[in-house]
Amino acid sequence: MSTTTAADTHAEHHDHPAGFSRWLLTTNHKDIGNMYLIFAFVMLMVGGAMILTVRAELFTPGLQIVKPELFNQLITLHGLIMVFGAAMPAATGLANWMLPMVIGAPDMALPRLNNWSFWILPPAAVMLVTPFVLGLAGIGTGGADTGWTMYAPLSVQTGWGMDFTIFAVHMLGMSSILASINVIVTILNMRAPGMTMFKMPLFAWAFLLTAFLLIFIMPVLAGGVTMLLMDRHFETNFFNAAGGGDPVLWQHIFWFMGHPEVYVLLLPIAGVIPHVISAFARKPSFGYTAQVWSMIAIAALSIVVWAHHMFTSGMSTGAQLYFMYSTMLISLPLAVLFYCWIATFWRGSISLETPMLFALGFIVFFGWGGLTGLVLADAAADAQYHNAYFLVAHFHYALYPTTVMGAMAGVYYWLPKWTGHMYDERLGKLHFILVAIGMNLTFLPQFLLGLAGMPRRIPDYALQFADLNMASSIGAFILGISHLLFIYVVIKCVRGGQKAEARAWEGADGLEWTVPSPAPYHTFETQPVVK
Amino acid sequence: MAHAQQHYYVPHASRYSVLLSVGIFLLAFGFILKLNSISAGLFSMLGGVAAIVFVLFGWFGAVIGENASGKYQIWEDRSFRLGMIWFIFSEVMFFAAFFGVLFYYRVISVPELASFDPQFTPYPGFTADWPSSGPKGPAFQPMAAWGIPAINTLILLTSGATLTWAHWGLFANKQKQLVLGLALTIALGLIFLFLQAHEYQEAYTKLGLTLKAGVYGGTFFILTGFHGLHVTLGTIMLIVVFLRSMKGHFSADRHFAFSAVAWYWHFVDVVWLLLFVFVYWL
Repeated sequence: MSTTTAADTHAEHHDHPAGFSRWLLTTNHKDIGNMYLIFAFVMLMVGGAMILTVRAELFTPGLQIVKPELFNQLITLHGLIMVFGAAMPAATGLANWMLPMVIGAPDMALPRLNNWSFWILPPAAVMLVTPFVLGLAGIGTGGADTGWTMYAPLSVQTGWGMDFTIFAVHMLGMSSILASINVIVTILNMRAPGMTMFKMPLFAWAFLLTAFLLIFIMPVLAGGVTMLLMDRHFETNFFNAAGGGDPVLWQHIFWFMGHPEVYVLLLPIAGVIPHVISAFARKPSFGYTAQVWSMIAIAALSIVVWAHHMFTSGMSTGAQLYFMYSTMLISLPLAVLFYCWIATFWRGSISLETPMLFALGFIVFFGWGGLTGLVLADAAADAQYHNAYFLVAHFHYALYPTTVMGAMAGVYYWLPKWTGHMYDERLGKLHFILVAIGMNLTFLPQFLLGLAGMPRRIPDYALQFADLNMASSIGAFILGISHLLFIYVVIKCVRGGQKAEARAWEGADGLEWTVPSPAPYHTFETQPVVK
Repeated sequence: MAHAQQHYYVPHASRYSVLLSVGIFLLAFGFILKLNSISAGLFSMLGGVAAIVFVLFGWFGAVIGENASGKYQIWEDRSFRLGMIWFIFSEVMFFAAFFGVLFYYRVISVPELASFDPQFTPYPGFTADWPSSGPKGPAFQPMAAWGIPAINTLILLTSGATLTWAHWGLFANKQKQLVLGLALTIALGLIFLFLQAHEYQEAYTKLGLTLKAGVYGGTFFILTGFHGLHVTLGTIMLIVVFLRSMKGHFSADRHFAFSAVAWYWHFVDVVWLLLFVFVYWL
C-alpha cells in the first residue's frame, strides 16, 4: 500500500467491492445514505409494531393482550426506537445522500468515519431490543420499562433492561456525535468553490445546526446515563436524596438533551421543506436570510428552555417563569420560518405532486403541534395537561408531521434522483392521503381524551374514554398499513418506471439536479464553481 | 473555498468499522452480564477488547500508511483538523455535564435539601455544608487540595509547557528537541497517573472517601476518574506520536497527528485546572 502513488488513487477509487461486502465496507456517501434510510425504515416498522400492540390493547377498556409490565416495556422501547432508531437515522440518511450533492462535494469529508457512524447503529439497536426479546422468552426481567425518559429513581431500581438501554444510548450517542462531526466538517471544508456560507442551500444550513446541537447535547446524555449506571451498580448517590443527590437532577440532564433533541428532529425537515416548496411553487424560496437566522435562533434558544418539561416536578417560581417565557420565545423564529414557507407559495405556479402534498401536510399539522405546544408551555396550564393524553397528542403532532411526513416529502422529492425513475404518482398520493387520515384519526382523539382527563402510559382506562380510544386505535392501524404501501411504491420505483431526467422536477433548483438521474456512484469529483 | 487542490482522497473501502462496532457491542454486552452477576460476560468483554485493540492498530496503521504514500494533502488535512476540533468540543460537553452536576448539588439541591421545615422532612437537622455526603451518607474526610493535587497541577502545567517546547522543536526542524520534549511530557503524564492512583488508594483506605460517600464521593470520583481516563488515553496517544517522531514522520508543515494530540493534551490540562479549583480547592 505504501508504494501507491498519487496517480493511481483515482483508479482505485472506482473498483469498489461488490455484493455483500460492498455494503459492509462502503465509504460511499450514497451507499451509506441508503443504509441509513433502510435502517430507519426498518426501525419505524419495529417501533410501529410495538405501538400497534399497545393500540390494540387500548382498543377497548380492560386488559386483553398484554400485561401491564409488558405494556410499559412496549411504550418505552417505542419511544427510544422511534427517536434514536428511526427519526434520527432517517435525517442522517438524507444528509448522507444529499449534503455532498447540494454543496457540490465529492463525498462526505471523513468517509471511513461515515461508515463507522452507520455501523454502530445496528448493534445498538440489537442491544436495546435484546432484553425485551429475552424477556419474552422468559429470561431476565425484560426490556426497560421506565418510559423513554428513564426517570430516576425508577430507572435506578428497575431490572437489567435499563443496563442494556444505558449502553445502547452510549452507542447511539457515539454514532450521532461522529455523524455530526462529519456533517460539520463536510459543510465547512467541502463546499464548491464560490459557495459562501450565505450562498449555501438551506438544506446544508439546517444540517449544520442540527449537527452542532447533537455534539452539544449527546455527550451530556452520555454523562447522565453513566451516572445512572453508577447509581445502579456502584453505590453512588447521584439521584438519591439520602446521599445528598436529587432525582430531579436526572430530569434536568435528560431534558437538557431531550429538548434540543426535538429541534434535532425538526431542523433537518425545516431544511428539506423550502427545497420542496420552492420546486413545486416554481419560485425561489422566500426570505433565505430570514430563514437562516431563524434556524440559528431556534437552535440557540432550544438549548436554554429544557425545564418546561418539568413544571410539575418542583422548581422555584422564578425558574418556572423563565422557562415559560423562553419557551414561548421560540415560537417567534419558528413563526418566521412558517411565514417564509407560506410566502413562497405567494403568486407561485403551484402543483400538488406527492412531495408537495407531504410538505403541505407537514406545515399544517406541525402547525397544530406547535400551537398546542404553546398551551403546554404555559406553566399554570401545564399543571392541568401534564401527563395527560393531551401531551401525547401534542408530542405526536409535533413529531409525526416532521419526522415522517417531512422526511417523506424529501424522499419523494429526491427519489427520482436516487433511482433514476419517477415513482407512481397515483400511489404516492394515495400514500399521502392514508397517512393524513391515519395520523389525524390517531392523534386528534388523543387531544380530546387528554382534555377529558385520561392519563398517559396506562394499559386500561375508564369506560367514558372507550369510543375515542377505539377511533385512535383504528387510525394507528391505518397509519401502519399506509407505510406498507410506501414499501411497494419504493420497490416499484427502483425496479422501473418513467425515466427521470437530470432535472426531474421542472421547478427544482440546486446542484443535485445538474447531475444525471440516477446520480452516478461518484459525483462532483471535480467540483463545480458557484457564482 | 480557497483550496487549489482538485481531487479529494476518498478511501474505497473500510474493513475496520464493522469489526469495531462488534467489539464495542461485545465489550458492553459482557459488562452488562458481569454487572448482573453472570460471570460468562468476562469472555465477551475480552473478545470485545481484543477486537477493539486490533482495529485501533489496523485503522490507524492504514491512515498512517496512506499519509506516508502521499494521499493526503492540505484539503484532507483540514478535514482532519476540523474533525479533531469538533471531537474535542464533544469532550468539553461531556465534562461540562459533570461540572454542571457538581454545581447543581452545591448551589441548588443540597441547600434545598437542608432548607425544609424539620417537621416535614425525613432528614431534620441536615445542614448544607459542602463537602457533603448527604443526610444518610457515611462520614468521610475530603481530599486536601494542597497535597498531591497541587503537585499534580504543577506536573500537568509543566507537561503542557514541555509539549509546546516539543512543538517549537518541530517547527524549527530540531529533531532532538521534539523527541526530548515528548519524552518529558510522557514521563510527566505517567507521574501524574501514578500520583493519582496513590491518591485514590489514600482516599479509600484512610479518608473514607469512596463511591459510597454521597454526592461528594460521587462527583469526586466521576470527575477525577474520567479525567484520569483521559490522561491515560492522552499518554497513549503521546507515546504513539513519540514513536512516530523517532521515525521522522512529522515535518514542520505536516504534522496533523502531533497537533491533534497536543490539542487533546492541553484540553485535558484545562479540565484539570477546573477540577483543582472546584473539586479540591473551593
